[in-house]
Amino acid sequence: MSTAPVAEVDLGGLGFGRGAHLLVQRALAGLPPGGRLAVSGRDPALRVHLAVWCRRRGHRVEWPDRGDRSDLVAVVVRGSADDERWFGAERAGPALPSALSSRPPARWGLGARGALLEAGGPEARFDLDDRDLVWADIAPHLYTQAAARQWDPQTAVPWDDSFALPADVEAAVVQVMTYLVENEQAALVVPARFVGRIHPHFREVVQLLAVQMADEARHMEVFSRRALLRGAELGTSSAGGRQSLFTLVAESDFALASFLLSVLGEGSFVDLLSFLHEFAPDPVTRRICWLAMQDERRHVVFGMAHLEHQAQLDPLLRDRLRAAIHRRHDALVDTAGLNADVFDSLVVLAAGGWRPDDVSAGYDRVQALQHAMDQGRQRRLVRLGFLPDEAAALSALHTRNFM
Amino acid sequence: MPTPSVLMGAVAYDPKVVTIWEGFRAWLRGRGLDFDFVLYSHYERQVEDLVAGRIDAAWNSPLAWLRAERLAAANGTTVRALTMRDTDQDLTSIVVVRADSSVRQIADLAGRVVAVGAVDSPQATLIPLGHLAAAGVKADVRRFDVGVGLHGDHIGGERDAARALVAGEVDAACMIDANHLAFVQEGTLPPEGTRIVAQTAPYDHCNMTVRAPESAGVQLFGTLLLGMSYADPQVRPLLDLEGLTAWKDGRATGYDALAGAVDASGFYSPDGRVTATDYRP
Repeated sequence: MSTAPVAEVDLGGLGFGRGAHLLVQRALAGLPPGGRLAVSGRDPALRVHLAVWCRRRGHRVEWPDRGDRSDLVAVVVRGSADDERWFGAERAGPALPSALSSRPPARWGLGARGALLEAGGPEARFDLDDRDLVWADIAPHLYTQAAARQWDPQTAVPWDDSFALPADVEAAVVQVMTYLVENEQAALVVPARFVGRIHPHFREVVQLLAVQMADEARHMEVFSRRALLRGAELGTSSAGGRQSLFTLVAESDFALASFLLSVLGEGSFVDLLSFLHEFAPDPVTRRICWLAMQDERRHVVFGMAHLEHQAQLDPLLRDRLRAAIHRRHDALVDTAGLNADVFDSLVVLAAGGWRPDDVSAGYDRVQALQHAMDQGRQRRLVRLGFLPDEAAALSALHTRNFM
Repeated sequence: MPTPSVLMGAVAYDPKVVTIWEGFRAWLRGRGLDFDFVLYSHYERQVEDLVAGRIDAAWNSPLAWLRAERLAAANGTTVRALTMRDTDQDLTSIVVVRADSSVRQIADLAGRVVAVGAVDSPQATLIPLGHLAAAGVKADVRRFDVGVGLHGDHIGGERDAARALVAGEVDAACMIDANHLAFVQEGTLPPEGTRIVAQTAPYDHCNMTVRAPESAGVQLFGTLLLGMSYADPQVRPLLDLEGLTAWKDGRATGYDALAGAVDASGFYSPDGRVTATDYRP
């Protein structure tokens, strides 16, 4: 076997303190183990540092007679450690979400989907690792749309518009805002509990839920800010309302939580926000309800998409969804449901005045809102495969707290 | 037949020592060796315990190897270097000055202040000072005693010496070749701020010291270490932590320079007693 170098690299004046290893590494990459690389260069410490670097990387160094080549420093004989590091390496599935693994292994862990993974490393426990349970084909599209439609609470809302409401109308707005903030808090916490459990292989779902959480964070901000725009105190929070939200947060099954939150809760919330957009007494309230409604619609679309997909594959899913509604209803049967202050505030806003006819009209409008919420829930339940009669019965069991 | 066993000593110079040897222990036990380890706070007691038969193997610094050899000889026994890391072979130490220094060659260091590592550091004190002495250079030595008893495994003394050089407190600093690159890369030394004015001949560093004749357990230990592959994902992170890509057969040929420095400085007596007056591990 010839001992003549088969490759050469000239480092010029570049030393190992400034990245010379990159050139040596690049030249060695083209050689098989045992391949020889002549290294030349002018950095005064090159002889010392090249030997150190090679020793660490498992390459051998020879110091040949320089002959007439005054800049020749050494010949590096490529070792095998670089190759051995990648022995048994595997791709973490496809880079694009077109052919996802139905159950990605725990060893892929936090490796980027499609990356070449060095063997070894921790077995990361992401227990939501079933494609059918987590994935929806619409997730990448919804994520792109969600990321593009993020809005800045500071500039998207006309905070400085001059308006003045009668004190009792302002109080009604503050009460509704107080209620919205506590609901948005729950809507942030619920996906937060699942994001860390979803296998990163399904990263678009994780991204989508992360943006969903960012949406809720903005909603919390703008509703709080509106509540305090003209005063210093928030409204009331009922024990029953908090109990209702707590049953949402306590649900540990991803499908059931997303059913209760997105399909039933946020679905009803879209109707509520639309109602508030219509009857808002001031431009700030009108704007923030419209902005939040756009976001919530997206949340409902994803919740529906992944449950529809799952319902097609798993005929028993509907039994579990039905049981979840009953369970939550039973847990809340002894509670008051919607905070009476919130209900009254909605009537005040929809009434737009204090004459008996105004109040009566406002009352009718809130009843129409509740009817619309019920109809919406029934439509979504039917899309998930429930028969119309049962959908009506199940919708009637939904929490009176809306979310 | 009982399962072959080995009790090995290692010095706890860094918390990673526990990670490394717990990992190796699991790997070795999975291959039929009843292996365990004990940790020492310095090398002197580890060497004494090896020669006294209280442990079967000692993961030794080069200085500890020399002392083990001497204690064993005084005892009428012998020790052997079973294995060593590929990165233990053919190291060098260097003497570095600031780039703008008037020191151009080793002889110019005469009468200058030269910073070294801890009193018991082979690579940053004993070997380079031996190198200067062999060149007839008598310098004013300023020592940075960090981690005394760890035989230079603790990098602190060398780093302090390098910092003193950059600060202009000393004229030169001694260090192992690898640490010069490390100090440049981590920013302790400016990239073009220093110049190497002397480099020692190659020498060897740590080895797995065992008593001869070797027990069946020790023999199996050596075979298993040599069989560890960098391609094995179970041991590769441990090999990375321990700083090797492969175990090599041990050799005792790379310790002459250190032995000369130990004798010249009176660090150990020929029969292995600690005779350095200012060494308290």
